[in-house]
Amino acid sequence: MAERSPATRRTLWLVLSLVFAFLYIPIAVLVALSFNEGGLPTAWSGFSLKWYVSLAGNSAILSAALNTLIVALVSTAIATLLGTLLAIGVEMRRHYGKGLEALIFAPMIIPDIVLAIALLSFFSMLNLTMGLHTIILAHVVFNLAFVCSVVRARLKSFDWSIVEASTDLGASAVTTFRRVTLPVILPAVIAGALLAFTLSVDEFIIAFFTAGAGRASTTLPMQIYAMIRFGITPEINALATIVMAVSITALTLSQRLNRGVIGQ
Amino acid sequence: MAPALVWLTALMVVPCALVLALAFFRRGIYGGIQYTFTLENFGLVFDPLYAGIFLKSARIAGTATLIAVVIGYAAAYAISAAPRRLQPVLLFFAVLPFWSNYLIRTYAWIVLLNREGLITQLLRWFGYTGEPPSMLYTEGAVIAGLVYNYLPFVILACYAPLSRLNPELAEASRDLGASAITTFRRVILPLTVPGIAAGAVFVFVLSIGNFVTPALLGGGRFQMIGNLVYDQFLTANDWPFGAALAMVLIAIMLLVLMAQALAADRASGRAAQVSGGADG
Repeated sequence: MAERSPATRRTLWLVLSLVFAFLYIPIAVLVALSFNEGGLPTAWSGFSLKWYVSLAGNSAILSAALNTLIVALVSTAIATLLGTLLAIGVEMRRHYGKGLEALIFAPMIIPDIVLAIALLSFFSMLNLTMGLHTIILAHVVFNLAFVCSVVRARLKSFDWSIVEASTDLGASAVTTFRRVTLPVILPAVIAGALLAFTLSVDEFIIAFFTAGAGRASTTLPMQIYAMIRFGITPEINALATIVMAVSITALTLSQRLNRGVIGQ
Repeated sequence: MAPALVWLTALMVVPCALVLALAFFRRGIYGGIQYTFTLENFGLVFDPLYAGIFLKSARIAGTATLIAVVIGYAAAYAISAAPRRLQPVLLFFAVLPFWSNYLIRTYAWIVLLNREGLITQLLRWFGYTGEPPSMLYTEGAVIAGLVYNYLPFVILACYAPLSRLNPELAEASRDLGASAITTFRRVILPLTVPGIAAGAVFVFVLSIGNFVTPALLGGGRFQMIGNLVYDQFLTANDWPFGAALAMVLIAIMLLVLMAQALAADRASGRAAQVSGGADG
């Protein structure tokens, strides 16, 4: 590295401090307020967990949380299975068309609002009753694309000759997958699943459009959106703190597994 | 892989094709769809009222992109100049907020900017006694929210080429008498254009079709294309027009992606020139 003057180095650290302040102050304020007895930014009136307690008694939030958990678990399970198989299928064949590549890439970049209205039009044209099951169908679309891309990254350095060796030695396709391929890609599959789970827990717009009428299939982000539209309440701060803690934990875990993959 | 491809075809390709078809139909008198071919919906997009919303969305997305790229590039540069062993940690914490819920990150700005929010409290604390400033429900609030939400990605995108930069190139440039500014402008910047382009495209594409940020930070009457599409489907009940708006949005997105591919191509050509020159 070229030697930098002390003045330059100070400037660079200043830039970093300002950027980190910008990134973290809004979140820190939210977390701090969730523990504020009074709940308002006007004054600190003492540490309290009462907003968390009142969350635990809010049945609308609890049922929304349960819905989110169902959607995230089921869509992650389906997407992990389909996405992993897709990744193996694509990487095993050396030649694949640009069309296939675009099809797998599209769910990750298509604007949420476009996929949301497309699915709404599609489901209502089929006269399908919408609810948690339609949200799950929709979430699998982008989740499987993300799982696939994580697993494919791992497969780039995979030595396919060991699969051939296994088949030559008489193992069936299922045994080969279970005993040879899967152990190698497992960390990437779990990392992809954790990523999919987080994306599904956080997803708002597509769920909002494919949930159908009525409150029965309200997910947590839909509930949070409704609460924010209604106004600031200290309960949102507590809920926000919990949701952030959950997704940051899941993704840190996913990142670690992935780094383990790269490290191998 | 067949089940996955069937899933993507049935639940993405077919619905999107349906929306494309929908855009060429007429709206029924009572809000349904009348199956006669028309180009009216696309004509309506260019009506001054709606064209104005497109321009406003592009302006807001463009401003947010510019600010995010400037801040994000500076941050990425500072990270790449930090001691090697600190870099992964700094990068991790720069990206961490990106992993929390989008709605919550946007809500955090309501807490900061509302009339009795933290910024007003700070002003009072410093002795300000006048009317609380109105910061929430403005274009500025929407831009701040977009920059805040997408900044981590720009940092990540710009850091990749900056960290791979050969430090000898900058040294050579300075040894040959170029000032720090010239070295940055003629050597470092051209080599890192692909990162900037990737970050910029990401912010622009996600901002121009954004629905949540303008709805929450822009207030009820503030509209961008995303909100307009939302309205056509959920309140105005004019699905064909909503579909046409969505298709124009996709077209803009594809144009931006193509421009990025072009810029990256040209940059890699120029990068070859710069590093070739330094080697020789």
